[in-house]
Amino acid sequence: MEISKERLDTIRCGHKVLAEFRYEPPQVEQGYAGQTLYVNVSDNTIAARPVDDKMKRTFVGGRGFDLWLLWNAVNGGTKWDSPENEVVISAGPIGGITQYPGTGKSIAASISPLTDSVVDSNVGGYFGPLLKFSGFDAVEVQGIADRDVVVLVDGDQGLIQILEAPEESVNSHIVAEEMVALFADKPGEKQGVTSVSAGTGADHTRMGCLNFSFYDPRRGVARLKQAGRGGIGTVLRHKKVKALVVKYTGLKGDSNHPADIGRIQQTGAKMHREIYEQDSLQAEMRKDGTNHLTQIMNDYDILPVHNFRYGNHPDATRIYSPEFCKYFEYSGPDGCWYGCTMACAKFATGLELRSGPYKGQTVTVDGPEYETVAGVGASCGTFDASTVLESNFYCDTYGIDTISFSTAMAFVMECYEEGILNQERTGGLDLHFGNADALLEVLHQMARGEGFGLIVGQGIRRMKELFAREYGADPQFLQDIGMEAKGLEYSEYVTKESLAMQGGYGLANKGPQHDEAWLIFMDAVNNQIPTFEDKAEALHYFPMWRTWFGLVGLCKLPWNDVEPADNRTRYSGIDAAKVPEHVHNYVELFRGVTGRDDVESGEDLIRMSEAVYNFQRVFNLKMGFGTRQHDAIPYRSVGPVTDVEYESRAERYDGQLRELVGIDPEGMSTEEKRLALRRHREAQYEKLIDAVYERRGWNRNGIPTIEKVRALGIDYPDVLALIEQRAD
Amino acid sequence: MVRVNDKWDVPWHEGMTVRDVLAACGFTHRQIVVSINGQAVPPAERETHPVADEDRVQVIHIIGGG
Repeated sequence: MEISKERLDTIRCGHKVLAEFRYEPPQVEQGYAGQTLYVNVSDNTIAARPVDDKMKRTFVGGRGFDLWLLWNAVNGGTKWDSPENEVVISAGPIGGITQYPGTGKSIAASISPLTDSVVDSNVGGYFGPLLKFSGFDAVEVQGIADRDVVVLVDGDQGLIQILEAPEESVNSHIVAEEMVALFADKPGEKQGVTSVSAGTGADHTRMGCLNFSFYDPRRGVARLKQAGRGGIGTVLRHKKVKALVVKYTGLKGDSNHPADIGRIQQTGAKMHREIYEQDSLQAEMRKDGTNHLTQIMNDYDILPVHNFRYGNHPDATRIYSPEFCKYFEYSGPDGCWYGCTMACAKFATGLELRSGPYKGQTVTVDGPEYETVAGVGASCGTFDASTVLESNFYCDTYGIDTISFSTAMAFVMECYEEGILNQERTGGLDLHFGNADALLEVLHQMARGEGFGLIVGQGIRRMKELFAREYGADPQFLQDIGMEAKGLEYSEYVTKESLAMQGGYGLANKGPQHDEAWLIFMDAVNNQIPTFEDKAEALHYFPMWRTWFGLVGLCKLPWNDVEPADNRTRYSGIDAAKVPEHVHNYVELFRGVTGRDDVESGEDLIRMSEAVYNFQRVFNLKMGFGTRQHDAIPYRSVGPVTDVEYESRAERYDGQLRELVGIDPEGMSTEEKRLALRRHREAQYEKLIDAVYERRGWNRNGIPTIEKVRALGIDYPDVLALIEQRAD
Repeated sequence: MVRVNDKWDVPWHEGMTVRDVLAACGFTHRQIVVSINGQAVPPAERETHPVADEDRVQVIHIIGGG
């Protein structure tokens, strides 16, 4: 998209420098810039703050740095819209290397408008790495501006500015282009300009996402990746920040100044070769991206259909990967950071919009990822590729998380079909499953801040309270079908047949997002973790392991979406699922970048994660959560809520009553059978929680013990005080 | 009866092959590792490899997920 000279002149005329900070960009050494950036948009203060060895050793970087900085900024009474709340963004020490796939991740954190507790979200794009190479391992944005602002970090000039920004756009697909046009002084600099923004949807909902841009010179477009979960975009817009911008044009292959670049190159070369040789035989991430999962999930009864009632649907073929490949423009590898041979970023072109403020325009959109396809396509029952793409485009540019949006929409659609909602209550919208036009209208209402879209934008937890209070709906039914936990909407996997994955969602620190654990096949299909102890071990190892990627600035997809050809013959069971050769790669990368020779094995990486993971659990405690009651999950994720659901899989459920519960279902009504199954499954979940808490070193209320936090080196006085107050 | 992944029983029939077991279970994923009574069955042999009554078949799906 070309921004006209007249438009740029108008934008520039509106700029007024509210604060300015000059600094000497430090040399990044062994993955660290050695300082963080603090920006307060209330009083326009800007400061560089040192990173000491204790911070690096304990919190590593990325999500760890985010949590530590946020912990020190907020108190237990802080709300998402309190001035002291922050948006914190960090890459991590490995982030920004170009010799290994998936090294451009940023991790954002804040106090969430959805959960009222701490939330983290990871994202591709260039912002985190270029921020680091500009001299900062993290940026904290605190305060609430009294007018719209842009925060510029110019790493080329050693200059930071808070600019009054009345003329910039808000919707991200435009503001990202405006930032490139404003701050790239010549065409060759465009790739060096990256921004973080959220759109008008984030202004009016609690489920705002952050859009991280990266400029694609082949297509001449500023593309967007999303830190979607938990409403951090809502926080950014509440602070009246239109964009955080980094400009850094000096990127080189050794910008991280790693301790041993030869080690990194050797490890990277091996991994690149593996991807070239194996990806086309395995997941085909380079061709399809994450959407290859849709058909698999449908085949195995795991695709969320009609608000997670069912796991498959015959119309799902209309949202399989080939339906989207028609829109993809292929011109070689397509990654969201330099050097990524997995290249799973997909770019849909030629999408003519049929609704909303850009109706009639032909646009491009990154994705869609599996979650958006499954959520909009299956859970909301639209089963239409163009609707998925249009929803994806508008969610992104409006700054709305596609997962929370589609899961919340599926919830209201079921409420509509159950008679809890009607057209009078929805402002005239017919919200039966599959009504694509109504779904898009709700999305536009979110952006306009009006109508039923304002209600949906509050998220499922608050809608449940509203529908019970205002419409007399049964609170228990709403609890059962409302796919949220901790206040966050579920991502898109049906977990009824996987107890371990129920725990993967329910025990996740930030709420039900699959990036902590994805155990469905290992548990429900392969049956590799049959006992409670097995499941607890998996729910210890995998969340800790997956946490590590967020500490160092890595994407986890190259870890297990491709495997060495001999992985399953050299290893078996849960060991094979760990992909040991890749774990070894990551040890090599970490040592190669940081020079830390004390890190010798995957267990050393797990220990890093365990400290941060437990710290986040205590952070939840600080915010008034983080105990057993907050690990509860809706019954829809455990088993069939309604008789219709039970009957749809009656043979399976009847068999389980016989074999697992010891009840003969013969002669029982559907309701009696459903309730008997429910008692069994809910008891199983509680047993699972007990086993996981024990494995993680937590007490029966889910609180890390004093001994545990001491062993992990996070025994700060305020941490110990919190645990002592809440121990029971 | 053939026991699959220590979880499902599939009725056995004369001439049953690995492919028949996979079809009976609805296992369509293309990345799987199959073993019978602990012995691996190469992918190329699934069409013809016989499965005997009372065999224990393990089918491991290789999928990283989200």
